[in-house]
Amino acid sequence: MSELPFDPLLVAILSPLCAAVLILLAPQRFSAPLAWLGFGLPALLALHTWYHFPSGLGGDYAFASEYGTGLSRFGIALHLGLNGISMPLFALAGIVGLAAGLYALQSGAERLRLYLALLLVMQGGLMGVFASVDVFFFYFFHELALIPTFIMVGIWGGRDRHYAAMKLTIYLTLGAMLTLVGLIAVYVQSGAQSFDLIALRAALTAQPLAETVQHYAFGLLLFGFGILVSLWPLHTWAPLGYGAAPSSAAMLHAGVLKKFGLYGLVQIALPLMPFGAAKWVGLLALLAALGNVLVIGFVTMAQRDLKQMVGYSSVMHMGYAFLGLACLSTVGAGGVVLLMVAHGLSVALMFLLATSVHQRTQTFDMEQMGGLAQRAPVLAAFFVAATMAGIGLPGFANFWGELSIFVALWSFSPVFTVVAVAGIILSAIYGLRAAARVFFGSPTAEFARVAEAQAPADLRWAERVPALLLLAALLFIGFWPKSISEPVNQALSGSWAAAVDAGAPAAAIPFSAPAPVAVDAAAPGARAAAFTAVD
Amino acid sequence: MSVELLQAAADSNRWGAIIPEVSLGCLALLLLVLEMALPRRAHRLIPAVAIVGQLALLVGVLACFNAPYLGTETFNGLLVHTRDGQFMRVFFLLASLLVSLLGAVSLARRQLPRIEFFHIVLVVSAAMMLLAQSNHFVMLFVALETVTVGFYILVSYFRASPLSLEAGLKYLITGALSSGLLLFGIVLLYGVAGNPLLVGSTESGMHFGHLQTFLAANPDHFLASLGIVLVLCGVCFKIGAFPFQIWIPDVYQGAPTPVTAFLAVASKAAGFAILLTLVHTAFAPYAGLVVPTLTVLAALTLIFGNLAALTQHNVKRLIGLSGVSHAGFLLLGVVASLHAGSAASAIGAVQFYLAVYLLASFAVFGVMTQLAPAEDATQELDHYRGLAKRQPFLAFVLAVGLGSLAGIPPLAGFVGKLAIFINAFDAQLYVLLGIAILGVVVSIYYYFGWIRVAFFGESTESETAAATPREGGDGQPCCGCCVTRFVLGLLAAATLVLGFYQGGLGEWFFSR
Repeated sequence: MSELPFDPLLVAILSPLCAAVLILLAPQRFSAPLAWLGFGLPALLALHTWYHFPSGLGGDYAFASEYGTGLSRFGIALHLGLNGISMPLFALAGIVGLAAGLYALQSGAERLRLYLALLLVMQGGLMGVFASVDVFFFYFFHELALIPTFIMVGIWGGRDRHYAAMKLTIYLTLGAMLTLVGLIAVYVQSGAQSFDLIALRAALTAQPLAETVQHYAFGLLLFGFGILVSLWPLHTWAPLGYGAAPSSAAMLHAGVLKKFGLYGLVQIALPLMPFGAAKWVGLLALLAALGNVLVIGFVTMAQRDLKQMVGYSSVMHMGYAFLGLACLSTVGAGGVVLLMVAHGLSVALMFLLATSVHQRTQTFDMEQMGGLAQRAPVLAAFFVAATMAGIGLPGFANFWGELSIFVALWSFSPVFTVVAVAGIILSAIYGLRAAARVFFGSPTAEFARVAEAQAPADLRWAERVPALLLLAALLFIGFWPKSISEPVNQALSGSWAAAVDAGAPAAAIPFSAPAPVAVDAAAPGARAAAFTAVD
Repeated sequence: MSVELLQAAADSNRWGAIIPEVSLGCLALLLLVLEMALPRRAHRLIPAVAIVGQLALLVGVLACFNAPYLGTETFNGLLVHTRDGQFMRVFFLLASLLVSLLGAVSLARRQLPRIEFFHIVLVVSAAMMLLAQSNHFVMLFVALETVTVGFYILVSYFRASPLSLEAGLKYLITGALSSGLLLFGIVLLYGVAGNPLLVGSTESGMHFGHLQTFLAANPDHFLASLGIVLVLCGVCFKIGAFPFQIWIPDVYQGAPTPVTAFLAVASKAAGFAILLTLVHTAFAPYAGLVVPTLTVLAALTLIFGNLAALTQHNVKRLIGLSGVSHAGFLLLGVVASLHAGSAASAIGAVQFYLAVYLLASFAVFGVMTQLAPAEDATQELDHYRGLAKRQPFLAFVLAVGLGSLAGIPPLAGFVGKLAIFINAFDAQLYVLLGIAILGVVVSIYYYFGWIRVAFFGESTESETAAATPREGGDGQPCCGCCVTRFVLGLLAAATLVLGFYQGGLGEWFFSR
């Protein structure tokens, strides 16, 4: 456990917020150090909690603390803590936040102080989302992180930014409102008089909600969270918004904030309302497999705009996460958590690199690029690595997430598994084709003209450091998945599995697997081990 | 009438209980005296006297918040002093204080008599304080008429502006109509209650408590029902609930901005204060009639307010119609409070909503006052284009105020809406709740549209040039300007802080 003299979670939330206020008040020359502090401290604390995360917790919370805020009538208090599901995401938020912050510092954006301050507010919200045990604050911090996104898209966005900002706002508000109603429904119907997740779980384990209530409440949460995670066909805000968003905002939103919905489903919706979940998973799997994976997979292939392509690919990968959830099993959910972390790191890296490419080619249109590898070999290397990570090559974190999802999916429905694996081929096609178009081949006439006007330099160190940070995290988890899979397994076996088991129709899904994600990459035959664990 | 009765009546006249109202009236008179007594160049001190006086009163009321007379009826049952009444006193004092401040800024730019403005604002707010504590239809009507007559003058205060005069006329006609409905309802109730043929008939049918006893003994009486509906109609004019909102856009647009703020916040809150009193005391036995009526009104108000505000380009009309939707949210809270089990909590939620609505609205109106062009009624969205570049501070305050009105976390408006939603869910008002949620999503469009114009819109050269000379305030000393900015900053900060830390205040409102 922590030996720090202060509450690491509270400090991780407050330090970016304080830094944001100070940046706005202090003169320009203090901006950079304050931003370093605001992004660095949460990242360090996140790594600290990861390193010191105790084993043998089960589903319990470590680093727990509670502060009253004046809403005790509704059972609301700032209750912080990390369990095995939230810890990896808390770490993800810290790492991606630091990378996005460093990238923003070198971006030289107009009105840099406001830009940094908004990013810091977002960072504070993100740390809060995953550190909150209280459902109210979980929602609250999400919104806190969401508001700066709208503003950043509106001010620093690219093409169509006003339209994108408006669309983003309305879609995400609708999703958030549905979520809020669902959460209030759970709160009122449970009779726990508390928004505290632990109290809610205790109350609902003792006295589960009636099935009809579970049905509609889970539906509200599923579509509320679904909009936020870009479930097909409610995904249209995502490519547009990411296409228009400034790079750091896109990194933070696509990388971390979007995981809020999946996290909410894994942490809150599934264990609290297993019967409701069992009713909806069929539809969820269908939408995710056909819509997110297949349709969006083909749409992604058709993109010419590099940033839009990354945006669409992130929508597509969310399909895998939904499929993993639909399995209603420990393996599937564990795979989802792993994939959330891995995808968060890799998509943030892709957005970072796409912006770096744009700075060198002055366009996002892939038809007008080509041959950039000769001018910027390091950038090319990073880009190819990020693409491979996105496809799910072994050695990167994404591999383990996708693998365990497929394993779980096979026992859920072989047909969907075939669709999902076919999707991997699609993602290989568009990923590699993009890398080939941008970096290899002969330069197009347009790019030659741009390159003549201003010779494109290779990736600078200011850009390399955040990229390296993300890549290192991807590789670290890729080669040592146990660092994350162990806490996740702890949290997802035991009471979580028992709760979800209770609602699942026994015939559809076998639940014999006790600790299936506990694969150690160092050991040979890890793949086989994972499969046997399920059989 | 015997001597003892007179003696008892005199004993119940506890003047100490209405010191705040009396001193507010005295302060109003003092302003007029000062205008005559002081030389002309000292006149600009008079607004300061009004503001400091109100501030002192506010502090006094807060210091004696838990006064010994709480829970008693005074003046022979005309007034009742409760915790809610004390809250409304503070609320109205705060509102009139802020209106005076905005009025000082707004009037400084115009060749108009100033002192009367402050005088009327003070009288109106004293009447509102009495209104919120009234326990008798006579008191209610007299106080309400004082408020309304005061507003007739205030709305058309910019007498050189045709739009202001038009607004005054419209307010006069619709106000008279609403007073008529209210009075007719009161008379019906009084008449029915005094009918000796009915069980439990009473001579003092104007007294809320006695009326409640009578109504409880005579359920489903047609004339009584009619009277109740008419009284509710009269009250709905004040709160701007559909279909009694017709006067709002024009009057809000034409009235001077500080008066619009006063109407939007204090007048609406006064309506809700009487509504809450009535439905929980006098009309409580007729819940079977009141609840469906208010439910339908709330649904229609939410739908109408949000949809009508969508198409507005004039910010005063926009804020007026969005205020209609806020009336809908508050009505939702009132309906929730009528369901067994959640009464106290829902009333707390309505009061908290009113409090954060005051903070956010005055932040927005403060910015509007500062940026108002010479013709006060023509404040268009386009005037706010590029505000963030020209006036970052005002743009920030505007964004916080609008965000809170829209109910976006981490601002206080969100907690207000959340509290109302939880109570509505507790009361199982699922349909109303669904409409309210959709209303929030729709409202994001117009509130965010305003913020978008202010932050993302590029200001053209001509507009920037036109805006620059105004900032100096026409050669006025910038002292008032600084004070206003400071107060706006306070309002924004309070809105922010109350969003995530309510502390003891939250406990006070919700845990009762």
